[in-house]
Amino acid sequence: MGRLELLQTLTGHKGIVWNVSWHPQGKVFASCGEDKIIKLWSKEGQDWTMKTVLVDGHQRTIREVAWSPCGNFLASASFDATTAIWDKKSGQFECNATLEGHENEVKSVAWSPSGQLLATCGRDKSVWVWEVAGDDEYECEAVLNAHNQDVKKVAWHPSLDILASASYDNTVKMYKEDSLDNDWSCVATLQSHESTVWSLAFDKTGERLATCSDDRTVKIWKEYKPGNPEGVIVDDKESVWKCVCTLSGYHTRCVYDIAWCPKSGLLATACGDDIIRIFKEADDSDPNAPTFELVSTQLNAHSQDVNCVTWNPMGNEELLSCSDDGEIKIWKYSE
Amino acid sequence: MTKVADNVNPNVYEKESEREITSADHNEEITDDFDEREIFDLIRNINDPEHPLTLEELRVVEEKNISVDNKKNEVLVHFTPTIPHCSMATLIGLSIRVQLLRALPSRFKVTVEVSEGTHVSEHAVNKQLADKERVAAALENNNLVQIINQCVAAGA
Repeated sequence: MGRLELLQTLTGHKGIVWNVSWHPQGKVFASCGEDKIIKLWSKEGQDWTMKTVLVDGHQRTIREVAWSPCGNFLASASFDATTAIWDKKSGQFECNATLEGHENEVKSVAWSPSGQLLATCGRDKSVWVWEVAGDDEYECEAVLNAHNQDVKKVAWHPSLDILASASYDNTVKMYKEDSLDNDWSCVATLQSHESTVWSLAFDKTGERLATCSDDRTVKIWKEYKPGNPEGVIVDDKESVWKCVCTLSGYHTRCVYDIAWCPKSGLLATACGDDIIRIFKEADDSDPNAPTFELVSTQLNAHSQDVNCVTWNPMGNEELLSCSDDGEIKIWKYSE
Repeated sequence: MTKVADNVNPNVYEKESEREITSADHNEEITDDFDEREIFDLIRNINDPEHPLTLEELRVVEEKNISVDNKKNEVLVHFTPTIPHCSMATLIGLSIRVQLLRALPSRFKVTVEVSEGTHVSEHAVNKQLADKERVAAALENNNLVQIINQCVAAGA
């Protein structure tokens, strides 16, 4: 059994904290929420302290923040239908571009591994792919209308320009660009959850995906490429994603977020029952029917719903979480 | 609103009597957990969006359709639209949710659902009411908040 040790509790946001995001070097993170403010935190000695407050970028709730892979840009998705891009070129953080186009609430934003593409999604059921076209210039590459409900989350494959989205329509979809005509299209629909899919996370290989849902389960999906040795039928030359594992009976309410640590392979979940859970793949796990064990249950991790969990990208097993209770917590996992 | 009400002639029922105050209520030594009656008292006087009547008078809310689990911090309210195709069902559910979110300590997880089999879009309404992100976004809409506040303002 592992355990989560609480390193620090950070307060300062007013109301719900929706999201926290590590800077790629793991020494800074950003937080956002209902108070329409982004806060940047960094470590001084042993303690994390708030360093910068970004205000006036958005008129409504900021739902998610995401750092570019180079760490120089921060994107923020807001209920005000816009996505803002912040950078420090002038010496301090400023909003130098605003991406407009969604009809209403933007729910999620994510940078591709190259940093050249950006994806956003929202309540208007669409997923947008943007290309970084130059200094503070972003061009819309594609508007993808594959979902028929509110789109909750977008996430990129860790090394390829493959995009995944999760929706209120209970499905997950994958998209990529056709190299012949440069058109983006939906190449896979992952169907198995029985209610809203709130979040998703690729493993470090990008060949597996973990999803979490309002149906109180977590699912693990595996990619079967054309000509796979398992003999899974693949038409259309596109990979097929199959649900190879369902973790049910662990969560007592909606699972709002999931994080898959690229270093340790540990899965962390954020749940509406105020609990953070950590799962570990069994040593003798069969790749086509993997088994995951619950190795840690942090009861009352927060005093209200946990909205987000995220592993430090440096792989030091630090975990960040945030909650409806207005607090951000930093944890350290140990075996 | 100039729109004609969905249910022009709803049945109207008697109100319950006020809660009896017993000596235990004045005794500071007794731990006073939340109970179904207390939750009912918080929502019974919410106004219907279309009629000058309370949710209690229309039997949209009833004490028997409320359950409270103090240990698990759970409150579950089932409400019954006056007709199965009531277009106001989501708004009524939202008003109940907002009233309870404002009145109860934040430790409570509030679930508001349509009573089983009483609405044609029961599942869709329940899903929307349970989606806290969509509820949060709705509560940033000033027009909607105004309407909800009018409903919630106890018509005493």
